[in-house]
Amino acid sequence: MFMFIMLKQKSGNCMEIPKSFLGYKRENGRAGTRNHVIILPVDDISNACAEAVANNIKGTIALPHSYGRLQFGADLELHFRTMIGTGSNPNVAAVIVIGIEPKWTKKIVDGIAKTGKPVEGFHIERTGDIGTVMKASKKAQEFVMWASEKQREECPISDLWISVKCGESDTTSGLASNPTVGNLMDKLEPLGVHLCFGETSELTGAEKVCATRGATKEASDKFMKTWSSYNDFILKEATDDLSESQPTAGNIAGGLTTIEEKAFGNFQKIGSCKFVDVLEPAEEPKKGKGLYFMDTSSAAAECVTLQAAAGFNIHLFPTGQGNIVGNPIEPVVKLTANPLTVKGMGEHIDCDVSKILSREMNLSEAGDRLIETTLRVANGRLTCAEALGHKEFVMTKLYRSA
Amino acid sequence: MATDIIIHDQKDNVGVVVIEKITPKQDCSCWIMENDSSTNIQSMDEIPLGHKIAMVDLKEGDTILKYGHDIGKVVKSIKKGEHVHVHNVKTKKW
Repeated sequence: MFMFIMLKQKSGNCMEIPKSFLGYKRENGRAGTRNHVIILPVDDISNACAEAVANNIKGTIALPHSYGRLQFGADLELHFRTMIGTGSNPNVAAVIVIGIEPKWTKKIVDGIAKTGKPVEGFHIERTGDIGTVMKASKKAQEFVMWASEKQREECPISDLWISVKCGESDTTSGLASNPTVGNLMDKLEPLGVHLCFGETSELTGAEKVCATRGATKEASDKFMKTWSSYNDFILKEATDDLSESQPTAGNIAGGLTTIEEKAFGNFQKIGSCKFVDVLEPAEEPKKGKGLYFMDTSSAAAECVTLQAAAGFNIHLFPTGQGNIVGNPIEPVVKLTANPLTVKGMGEHIDCDVSKILSREMNLSEAGDRLIETTLRVANGRLTCAEALGHKEFVMTKLYRSA
Repeated sequence: MATDIIIHDQKDNVGVVVIEKITPKQDCSCWIMENDSSTNIQSMDEIPLGHKIAMVDLKEGDTILKYGHDIGKVVKSIKKGEHVHVHNVKTKKW
């Protein structure tokens, strides 16, 4: 049975926010909104093997990607953090890791094993693809049949770790869909959820205002240091006017003129919350409940992949012109306030808040609707992106390999 | 009355078209979100959904304010009611 609490809202009306959802309880105390068994390749050349196993054993998914060889330093650390974090995410029940050689494969298996979930590694050297596929398939079958008996149980709403990122933004994002996410954050933050926003580059122009949202001076300083380091890199590498890339052609078609305008729109997603810490890409939050800023790319699939690797178990994605991104392990809930996007590509939109623009819906009502949608998805309803097969898994690479 | 244009902050010198498009010489009703007040403007251009309209005359070098914040500079003078976009406004960042 669900318990409810009442929240006073600005408009005076109240919505009962459920205090729990139905999730999969994991060995380490976290809860998942999904129950995936994943086949994780350590490196690019192990993709074929991983995909063959996923083809053999129904109900598993392979997560092919482009990297994992000859990386070094911070870039290699990020690779391992993303691999281990993805396997450790509570939306994943069990993991098969496949790499070309045993050492890096074992490092990833050992990292994931700390969660207590079933994980087993296989390496291809000395065995070849066919023998490895056979061995890994046998184990994958065992894992998926074990996972298929897991039942959803009542979990407190504070077990939700919600990440956010906007894409193909236009001015309707800053007017309505991003503030809707902000309204949800304002309502759910007091209930003890974890929250995460990122997009370092797309805060350019609003960086000083964003820095004032640090919960402590330390958090504010860390944010400014992170943003400045990114900006120095841009200034060093830029060969031409960045107006060609930021805003994007889609943003401009939607009416966004400058990066500053895009940034202030983006910033609406955090409502009036303050961030407790600044995370490295794919770094797991360590300071308890509340809002975190993560240093991420602003490219949708890269950003969501990093947030999922940090342990976030449900994602909210406001869009203007209609970004269609999904993620293999973290369900991506899309909302838009653009009526033309709802009309033209409604199969991608989980939550329509376009009535804010015609003022038939206020922000608090829109926030309530998004909370309802989020909880339905947390309880198991497929997102549009899941139903349409969007599984974009994109590793972030920091620099050239050795 | 239906809202044609939404303005984020009272300090803003631009508004956003929230209907499919506005046409030249259209009398538009504007809603200022920050203080829930209303105003009117006559458009000079056709402006599509999501694009901005100048609420005042703006000259080269002026700052565009939206969300009450600086979002760029005017690079070609803009008359009240005209379309504000990449042809007459540029970032101050790069």
